[in-house]
Amino acid sequence: MKKDYEDIPGTFVFDADRSREGYHLNQFCISLGKQKGRDAYTADPEAYLASFPMTEDQRQAVRDQNWNRMLELGGNVYYTAKLAAYHGINFQGLAGLMTGMGREEYRDMMLNGGRSIEGNRYKSEWGEE
Amino acid sequence: MARITAGVSCSHVPAIGVAMDTGITDQPYWKPCFDGFVKSREWMKENTPDVIFLVYNDHCTAFDASCIPTFALGCAAEFQPADEGWGPRPVPVVKNHQKLASHIAQSLILDEFDMTIMNEMDVDHGLTVPLSLMFGEHGVDDEWPCQVIPLAVNVVQYPAPTGNRCYNLGKAVARAVESYDEDLNVMVFGTGGMSHQLQYKRAGLINPEWDKRFLDMLVNDPVAASQIPHVEYLREAGSEGVEMVMWHVMRGALKETAKEVHRHYHVPASNTAVGHLILENV
Repeated sequence: MKKDYEDIPGTFVFDADRSREGYHLNQFCISLGKQKGRDAYTADPEAYLASFPMTEDQRQAVRDQNWNRMLELGGNVYYTAKLAAYHGINFQGLAGLMTGMGREEYRDMMLNGGRSIEGNRYKSEWGEE
Repeated sequence: MARITAGVSCSHVPAIGVAMDTGITDQPYWKPCFDGFVKSREWMKENTPDVIFLVYNDHCTAFDASCIPTFALGCAAEFQPADEGWGPRPVPVVKNHQKLASHIAQSLILDEFDMTIMNEMDVDHGLTVPLSLMFGEHGVDDEWPCQVIPLAVNVVQYPAPTGNRCYNLGKAVARAVESYDEDLNVMVFGTGGMSHQLQYKRAGLINPEWDKRFLDMLVNDPVAASQIPHVEYLREAGSEGVEMVMWHVMRGALKETAKEVHRHYHVPASNTAVGHLILENV
């Protein structure tokens, strides 16, 4: 089935296919929104990660705090933001990391009006497939 | 009879709540954002409703990936501000008009809008930030100036309900409110947006031309606005900009002839373009 929303560069639309793939990763992340989950993860990170039946690639992305990799493996930013918050990273800091710009440069871009839509509508404009 | 008097749309960026909760709204970064709500707060004082029907999205707080209702209507007596990972916001408990909420639930379902009914639910920044913006600072021991009926809409997992569906739901909400016997002043809030993308390599996208066109269309040509397809929001207003479908519920609940009494647009609040409208039924 053709998905018209797939032709947007630098973007994952979190649809039912991605939700299915990322389910256990996302459920792990969201569990850190509660103190009980944060305490369990702090007490024994590997045991807590192992209690969620996600793929080894997904676990490694969590260990590496590789935020883009998590999205590539079915994660959604509203979920991964809870893991980021656990590591003391807020939404803007997380965006700085995902764009590769870093916190300061990203913040400056936003203060200057954000990322323009020009040149950012279609994958062909980014040289992506 | 209960009647819908006005509609409000506004963004619900969590950082706006943090700015208010930590008292930094006068700082140069935030002042232009909050200046646009000075008139709104005066207007709210003069026109305080009995009940707000507040359309917002839950950010995986009350609903994680295990359960994703498209429309979830709050029918509990009250709703606690949720812990979203850094402790609950220091704002009052949200109190419902439970009888009106149950009436609306019943009316909507018979009108063929299949609501999920929530008799227990915590509410996150999506609901409390618009209340703070419109009513100003209120502490935990305080009370919100009116009752609130929450309607949580899924916009996290694609597809969100269409703009058309939301617009028609707004019309059904108006029918429900107008068939309720008690004399109540009801406002409808549609929240979220405007252009923003929080994820991956295109994060930070802002499209003010598109946003302003959307504001104009929503006010003056609401039916055309309700026909904007999802892919246009996702491409032009960013992957999280699709939240704006919720504004159509507000617009649908008002008359087509509703009059714009206030507008504000500001970039940025954290990652997001802040947009705000007040419309009055005339």
